Amino acid sequence: MGVARSSQLPDAAGRFGRYGGRYVPETLIPALDEITAAYAKARTDRAFQTRFTTILKDFVGRPTPLTFAANLSKRYGRRIYLKREDLCHTGAHKINNAIGQGLLALRLKKKRIIAETGAGQHGVATATACALLGLKCHVYMGTEDMRRQQPNVFRMRLLGAEVIGVDSGTRTLKDAVNEALRDWVTNVETTHYILGSALGPHPYPMMVRDFQSVIGREARKQILAAEGRLPDLLLACVGGGSNSIGLFHPFIRDTTVRMVGAEAGGTGSELGQHAARFDGGSYGIFQGMASYVLQNSDGQVVGTHSVSAGLDYASIGPEHAWLRDERRADYVRCSDDQALAGLHLLAETEGIIPALESAHAIGVLPEVVKRVRKGAIIVVNVSGRGDKDVAEVARKEGVEL
Amino acid sequence: MKAHVGASARKTEDGGRSTSDVPTNRIASCFTRLRAARKKAFIAYICAGDPTLDATVELVVEMAKAGVDIIELGIPYSDPMADGPANQAACERALAAGATVRGVLDAVRRIRARSDVPLLFFTYINPVLAYGLERFAADAAAAGVDGILPLDLPPEEGREFLRVMRAAGIANVCLSAPTTPLARKRMLARESRGFLYYVCRLGVTGERAELPSDLGAQVRALKAVATAPVCIGFGISTPEQAALAAGFGEGVIVGSHLVRLIEREGRDPRLAHIVAERAGELAAAVHAVKG
Repeated sequence: MGVARSSQLPDAAGRFGRYGGRYVPETLIPALDEITAAYAKARTDRAFQTRFTTILKDFVGRPTPLTFAANLSKRYGRRIYLKREDLCHTGAHKINNAIGQGLLALRLKKKRIIAETGAGQHGVATATACALLGLKCHVYMGTEDMRRQQPNVFRMRLLGAEVIGVDSGTRTLKDAVNEALRDWVTNVETTHYILGSALGPHPYPMMVRDFQSVIGREARKQILAAEGRLPDLLLACVGGGSNSIGLFHPFIRDTTVRMVGAEAGGTGSELGQHAARFDGGSYGIFQGMASYVLQNSDGQVVGTHSVSAGLDYASIGPEHAWLRDERRADYVRCSDDQALAGLHLLAETEGIIPALESAHAIGVLPEVVKRVRKGAIIVVNVSGRGDKDVAEVARKEGVEL
Repeated sequence: MKAHVGASARKTEDGGRSTSDVPTNRIASCFTRLRAARKKAFIAYICAGDPTLDATVELVVEMAKAGVDIIELGIPYSDPMADGPANQAACERALAAGATVRGVLDAVRRIRARSDVPLLFFTYINPVLAYGLERFAADAAAAGVDGILPLDLPPEEGREFLRVMRAAGIANVCLSAPTTPLARKRMLARESRGFLYYVCRLGVTGERAELPSDLGAQVRALKAVATAPVCIGFGISTPEQAALAAGFGEGVIVGSHLVRLIEREGRDPRLAHIVAERAGELAAAVHAVKG
């Protein structure tokens, strides 16, 4: 199929090659049809786009800067830029999608919003969008993640959202998604599900990608202004894959721009010790889509591990699976230890404490720079800031606060 | 692939309901027999491997003896998103006890040695895919499985699945929901084999105090477009509710209620008898309703 057609993907059935689609209970099909139709209109509706752009500018604080990382650049002999999604209101890129889908919910006349969250960033973003737009917000979160991300749980509650702990399965992101889907099946007539990553049933992977593509569009403009040419390499962490697809998508047809995603390598390469779907996963159908899935030989989805709750997920957005098969993007593992080192590196060299998720992109930077010549231009997405992780990092490193 | 593989199963000339793709199917003959007796079908769901696969064999055999017409066997799955807490917990128990797809197929073979009750798999698609679609269909048919109901596989995503199952003589049951618009009801009715499952409420599987108030109207609308018998499930748990639902459809499905009983009595050596007794009461309530 080739990358030339990439801007037309997914097809009408929500397919990126053999990935994507809609694998959901029958009850949800009409709701997905409704969202697909409403989004198709909104996508080309000037009033919708203007309102979206205005909120991103005046409320979220876009455009976010593209910061030249002078010290890192010196250290690695490449020109390294940081796309500063950490400077978005609420502290991560998740707000872009939450605002977009919140506006769509208003069009759908759905006043009740549900969301899942792993690290809590999407939950906070959704709670924020709901407060802004006058919607009622319920957030599902695994109890293990609630423990790891206590400040975000309280932030959501301050914003008026109800946080519902999920105690089933592995008590992490995938279980929160299951519970959100169950809520949605039950309340589908009054409720819009603001899925937080570029995954799940069609049209979510496309819609979330589009709302997040503002990252890549801005970065493209900014790097052209700063350097007069396109970058040589883009680097981002990949959980479900929304910050990375947001950065990558506007560059997909620029075949000179290499794209690298960093998956959570956790503590080892055994199933259950990591969330590296491209390095231990296989084709499967999970939570509404076909993609790479970490599963055992019997098709049971296995538990994952990552120091970062936001990357701790057993599958990956279908467009990434397609980009990988097309060899348009490459994906590498970043272990927990590398990620922690990345957090320290960025904090100490550039004065930016990244989220543990984003620290996975920084963690592989020392090896990824070798893929491009000296003096080459690299754009790294700093998808979120690390405030939420400070307590967890201290705990990991045996420091009592 | 063409959209309507095997779409030959339309109304037969006598206007009766046909599953002509799978002529010897036990599900089809069960409905034929019940219709002749002017009776409705009682269908019981349990999760295979809960508490053990040995127990599943006994449960099925005893439930069939107690008057259950068709049995749905859930293939346990790690992430059953269409199921409520009762069925999810059953999946977790079964997986913890070591149930695998291969083990479930083996249990079906052991059931078949002792009972001719129609058997239907209730499953999420990923374990089937991991086993291998063609191999699964062949092994399931050889073991004596009559039908399959994939929870998370709408027909438009399941062309290959439908083709393979029909070729193996396994009836694929489609689900219709209260939210399903008319045109889609027609499509589901056209694609469904064995029977058409009406998910009678929004939400996941599980017991509920009341039946939905629009049940009669909803089932009538579905029957108007259906060629296969319409059976009603999701949230039906008492003999009274089952009898009421049987008044509208051609069959009634009870799952979570029996699953909870298995959860409660799982260690009792008389488990199969206890569950079969309850299933028998539900079956009797449904059979008392005249078609």
